[in-house]
Amino acid sequence: MKLEYTEAQRAFRAEVRGWMEANVPPAPLESFDRTREGFEAHRAWERKLNEGRWGMVTWPEALGGRGLDLIRWLIFEEEYYRAGAPTRVNQNGIFLLGPTMMEFGTEEQKARFLPRMAAGEDIWAQAWSEPGAGSDLAGVRAMATRDGDDYVLNGQKIWSSRAVFADWAFGLFRAPGSERHKGMVLVLFPLTAPGVTRRPIARMDGELVFAEIFLDDVRVPVANRLGDEGQGWHVCMATAGFERGLLLRSPARYQVTAAKLAALYEARKAALPASIGERVAQGWMDAEAYALAIYAMCSRLNAGGKIGPESSTNKIFWSEMDVQLMQTAMDILGDRAELMPRAPDADGAGDWLADYVFALAGPIYAGSNEIQRNIIAERMLGLPKG
Amino acid sequence: MEFAFTEEQQELTEAARNMLVESCAPAGLRAMLETGVPLDAARWGVITEMGLPGMLVPEDAGGLGLGVGDFIGIAEAAGYAGLPEPLVELAGVAVPLLAGFADDRGWLERIVAGGIVAVGHPVNPFVADADVAAALLLGDGDDIHLVETGAVTLTRQESFDPFRRLFRVDWTPGAASLIGTGWGLAAERGAVLAAAQMIGLGQRCIDMAVAYAKERHQFGKPIGSYQAVKHLLATVQVKIEFARPVVHAAAVELALGTLPARARVAHAKIAAGEAAELAARTAVQVFGAMGMTWEVDLHFFLKRALALKFAWGGAATHRATVTSRIESLPIGPAATFAAELTAHAPDVKFQGMK
Ligand SMILES: Cc1cc2nc3c(=O)[nH]c(=O)nc-3n(C[C@H](O)[C@H](O)[C@H](O)COP(=O)(O)OP(=O)(O)OC[C@H]3O[C@@H](n4cnc5c(N)ncnc54)[C@H](O)[C@@H]3O)c2cc1C
Repeated sequence: MKLEYTEAQRAFRAEVRGWMEANVPPAPLESFDRTREGFEAHRAWERKLNEGRWGMVTWPEALGGRGLDLIRWLIFEEEYYRAGAPTRVNQNGIFLLGPTMMEFGTEEQKARFLPRMAAGEDIWAQAWSEPGAGSDLAGVRAMATRDGDDYVLNGQKIWSSRAVFADWAFGLFRAPGSERHKGMVLVLFPLTAPGVTRRPIARMDGELVFAEIFLDDVRVPVANRLGDEGQGWHVCMATAGFERGLLLRSPARYQVTAAKLAALYEARKAALPASIGERVAQGWMDAEAYALAIYAMCSRLNAGGKIGPESSTNKIFWSEMDVQLMQTAMDILGDRAELMPRAPDADGAGDWLADYVFALAGPIYAGSNEIQRNIIAERMLGLPKG
Repeated sequence: MEFAFTEEQQELTEAARNMLVESCAPAGLRAMLETGVPLDAARWGVITEMGLPGMLVPEDAGGLGLGVGDFIGIAEAAGYAGLPEPLVELAGVAVPLLAGFADDRGWLERIVAGGIVAVGHPVNPFVADADVAAALLLGDGDDIHLVETGAVTLTRQESFDPFRRLFRVDWTPGAASLIGTGWGLAAERGAVLAAAQMIGLGQRCIDMAVAYAKERHQFGKPIGSYQAVKHLLATVQVKIEFARPVVHAAAVELALGTLPARARVAHAKIAAGEAAELAARTAVQVFGAMGMTWEVDLHFFLKRALALKFAWGGAATHRATVTSRIESLPIGPAATFAAELTAHAPDVKFQGMK
């Protein structure tokens, strides 16, 4: 147990910090969930990151990364958030599909997709959920019908984040006649392919954070299948482990939020009851606890361990912490909490509102917290299925 | 940076844990209460033979020369087992305190051989296990005295936890008993080791509730198959999973003695206390009326958890430490580890503790 960085790790931190200071845009980019321009500005940032070889530092050098371990990844993330760098528009690609492809992809697929993903040339969306298959993902009905060397895709996907403007999607489909966990395939398809129709879905505040995707005889080569035929469920569960457990929500994100919350409180402290101060301190403690738990997890993974049911405990913790942090911010803002970002006198209040709205979704996406509690009870504690 | 125990640490912890859990079955606890013995001599013999009381004794005084970080998993196991003997405070608080004085007057060697020294730290109103101790470490202002138990008057204060033997100590300081000055990090050691025990106690409560929930049937099914019951227990498990790493970090960082290190200890104590209390309350709920009884063993662990939540400083005291750390030092990513907040972080202005 050594809770101190090596000189090499400190030098790495300094290198990331230097690059971020020189390159992070001084003003925030326009949202990638509102306009094509905002989306493309984020893509341009991904290109720039890649020019510095910062796209995905844990990937092998041949695939656009730096071949670094997870502790370096955490240091990178800390400096990334510390610098206030733009939100990663390609997070579903780099954090979910990327590691899954590393595990299940062929060499040809890795060479074809990963460097472009690291460079932001292809921005990815996840197309798993369907109107009839949310928590019960094994209920997906969208079909991948084998036709020679092609799959023909048909069906409807929903809630696909970033799909309004993204380039590619990784979708969960099933073979005709198959049921539940059997006969599934994970297929990669261009969102611009003939037969694909996208319909944006407005979030309650008007942001176009996700889309419905209609597939009507969309033809893709069999080479676009990730993992074996019939293995789709298994591949998806590996992705879900990364999503819930580690990559999607690095601790630095919440540590920055907790620090901003402390500053917000500091500025308005005189008018607030001491109980709010306790909640601010609790937010800091929670963010620290999450960071420590993830450092411990990354140390274990570096030593060859695998992500287990702690992906479920992590997911519950980060999503509920986020809600707590945002609720506290709203309570500090008080009668300004309702102001939209564009309100002339919002004075930053609206950004907390947007984050609050986003935080409400945390306990739903990446597998709802009720489902995670079922998983913990059954797989960690060994309680009988209902 | 490596946030993981070494193989040797894991092996030692595992061996101690197996011994404690096996030798400390609840039936044995009940037998102790019936006979009124304060200490199970056979178990204490095994604990001593394994070298546990002397783990933190320097090697030249016959100990293993280890630190709180090496002992933290054993403290958790002592909590899990509901151990009545004063191993944790002896090995984790009394020993480092004695080792810090110029002359321990031979007490470290006596501890390695099975002797007990109890600690009367000013943060706690009463001295635990004073009656089984050969000597007590007591404070008179900044002066620390080592007083033989025969030279003090003990008045038993009944605790809700029948195995916590608390005493008011009446004594008169004298020049001969003065052994050193300053409590150093004794309170921090006490707090982090109480936190570790509470993690163990919380996990024990969950494990007992899970076992019961698999067995007890209502409406024709095990109650553990109902989601309402599952979710109660899962929620507690999450609390424990996010308190444990804080306790581990606190044990390792503690020796720095800086404000960030002390704030980590405070955080560990708060988080473990909340987790253990929630675990105990939840377990009572899962057991139903049985959970309220003397007959079900659960109360042994609930009582220890409750007592330790307040021993070595309650949440209000520790929250104040956390707040002063937040207010006076950098927070956010890259300001996590106490060691980095002292010497190394280039853009960090470090303000030392008072
Ligand atoms: C912001 C956001 C982004 C998203 N992005 C994507 C994306 O990019 N790609 C994608 O494929 N999907 C995405 N999703 C969809 C997400 O994965 C689903 O919303 C989620 O799986 C829940 O499914 P559902 O919404 O259909 O809710 P339902 O499954 O209908 O659940 C509704 C409620 O019932 C509860 N419930 C359901 N079953 C059980 C049970 N067995 N036990 C206890 N409670 C139960 C749930 O916990 C929930 O509270 C996104 C969702 C959100 C909110």
